[in-house]
Amino acid sequence: MPDTEPGTHAGAQPEFLAAESSRGTVIAAPIPGANVGTETDEMAAPSRGQLRMASRRFVRHKMAMSGAIIFLVLLLGSIIVPIFWQYSYSSITNSFATGPSAAHPFGTDLIGHDMLAQVMAGTLTSLEVALLVAAISTVIGTAIGALAGYYGGIIDQLLMRLTDLVLVVPLIAILLVLANKFSRQSDSQLFVGLLLALLFWTYLARLIRGTFMSLREREFIEAEHAIGASTWRIILRHMVPNAAGSIVVNATLTVAGAILIEASLSFLGLGIQPPQVDLGSLIAAGEGDATTLPWLFYFPAAFLVLAILAVNFIGDGLRDALDPTQRGR
Amino acid sequence: MAGYLIRRLLAGIVTLAVASFLLFLLVAVSGNPLATLMANPHVSPATIAAARHQLGLDQPLLQRYWSWLTNMLQGNFGTSTTGQPVGPELWSRLGITLRMVVPTVIIAAFIAVIIGVVTAVRQYSILDHTLTGLAYLFYSAPVFVIAILLKDFLATDLNKAVGHTVLYTIGESTPGTTGAWPTFTNILGHTVLPVITLVLVTYAGWSRYQRASMLDVLNADYVRFARAKGLSPRRVLYVHALRNALIPVVTVVALDFATIIGGAIITEIAFGWNGMGQFLYQGLTGAVSPDTAVVQAWLMITATAVILFNIFADVLYAVLDPRIRLA
Repeated sequence: MPDTEPGTHAGAQPEFLAAESSRGTVIAAPIPGANVGTETDEMAAPSRGQLRMASRRFVRHKMAMSGAIIFLVLLLGSIIVPIFWQYSYSSITNSFATGPSAAHPFGTDLIGHDMLAQVMAGTLTSLEVALLVAAISTVIGTAIGALAGYYGGIIDQLLMRLTDLVLVVPLIAILLVLANKFSRQSDSQLFVGLLLALLFWTYLARLIRGTFMSLREREFIEAEHAIGASTWRIILRHMVPNAAGSIVVNATLTVAGAILIEASLSFLGLGIQPPQVDLGSLIAAGEGDATTLPWLFYFPAAFLVLAILAVNFIGDGLRDALDPTQRGR
Repeated sequence: MAGYLIRRLLAGIVTLAVASFLLFLLVAVSGNPLATLMANPHVSPATIAAARHQLGLDQPLLQRYWSWLTNMLQGNFGTSTTGQPVGPELWSRLGITLRMVVPTVIIAAFIAVIIGVVTAVRQYSILDHTLTGLAYLFYSAPVFVIAILLKDFLATDLNKAVGHTVLYTIGESTPGTTGAWPTFTNILGHTVLPVITLVLVTYAGWSRYQRASMLDVLNADYVRFARAKGLSPRRVLYVHALRNALIPVVTVVALDFATIIGGAIITEIAFGWNGMGQFLYQGLTGAVSPDTAVVQAWLMITATAVILFNIFADVLYAVLDPRIRLA
């Protein structure tokens, strides 16, 4: 075969699969529908009517709604309960290693910490970090993907090779190496969040790049060029809104991935540092006594899994709502 | 095909070369191996200077990188802070990690394909909802939560019920076990739980992927045509549908290599295995940390493997799907 079309088609498929497997480290593979959706994406810019239809589909989506409710309860609970609860996560009570009771619904640990206060504080930390990661990495991912997809050519090549480089070692390994130095800083929560954000944008960047490459060829973009619209205007006003569906879905799934990786990092002792607590560090603290004082493990573990599960439900529901052709996948 | 392969390999080497420099920098900025020494008031400046010279830290960064790279290309991974050469240790630990990773990949892929096909064929049945729900759960459960559940609850209770240790929860084998059969059962007893842990978090994503791929194929025109032609449902399913539905999944399995290694790091630490993951962790958190030579060697070996698996996935995809032509 002569060297005519150097893997335009051939390259495209596996590369899109590569993006596929890049999300998260501990989480195995991705959600299939996600990028099938962008491949066949025919979504026009979401007009008001479409938004209303999408939100109606979301509200009717049982899984998505239960996910959204659980997530809100976790978030609001972890904010409100500490205000009214008599113990703070750092206060030490007179009961040591007692099981769940009326005075301490989640029991106490060996030192006398009230586990309800601890789990609430831990949940809040985990959610705060994850939301920060999702916000920052979504901006970075959209920007890099947009530039690569819009300009193509050498810029695309450089940015995509940069993306490859981030994915060349397991995420958790890079995090461990960096966290070793940076999470010992005074505000470990902020540092862990920033660190994760700097590594979490790759999947979205590849997704947005693909969407932008196909959008670039569409007539309404050509028309914008013809009337002399600026590059910024075209990207921000016309192309990003068209990719909004993928961006929102991906941002949601990033929250789930970030909760998971952040907890893993803290479990290994390199994430959130004492006196702050998060769900991962609570599980690590309770692990040694998990057989004799199981509540030290059950409660933080249940909240952690519940939070990730809820966010994954929301993400899948959003995808179904924003792209009805993907229903049932 | 050969031309494509050569181009991909060359591109892989370039990526690896750039990655090697970035990874070297990453480790260099991540911490000072002399910090522990310098914090000790009883250590004289002369000793610190000697240690710095011994580790080569008195040389400029680029020179350090170059000597590290050239040494590595000759198979010399340097010496760890304990004075041991890193290379032999790394290879023996790789063997231990593979005892966990290889069975995991085989079992997880097998389970994922079966569950993916069953749930796609019986879409929206109770079985589909149950299995999809379980996959969701494992997909959302962190590795270490599953590890703790298995070792502190399942294994402890089981061992108590049986009366002796069947499933070990710490280490990859008991040192000093002799004889072929006892050694085999001992290693097996140590391997079961880590493999189950890693299989559960790995299969979940794959089975959902297989389900989606199978649904795509089942709704494709050629499958409808095969049915219309009057082929038996069994033949349509296994010959026409499944074969095509396997293509994307096979490549995802190859591409998920980095993810599995990431999971293996945490699994190894949770189960106290002395494999690659533990090596990295100890290199980062040990008494004298970071153990620069260990961490750098670890990252380079993993990066090489990830790049090779990526190329392998692309080639595999082309081989399996005749619609893809590699120029």
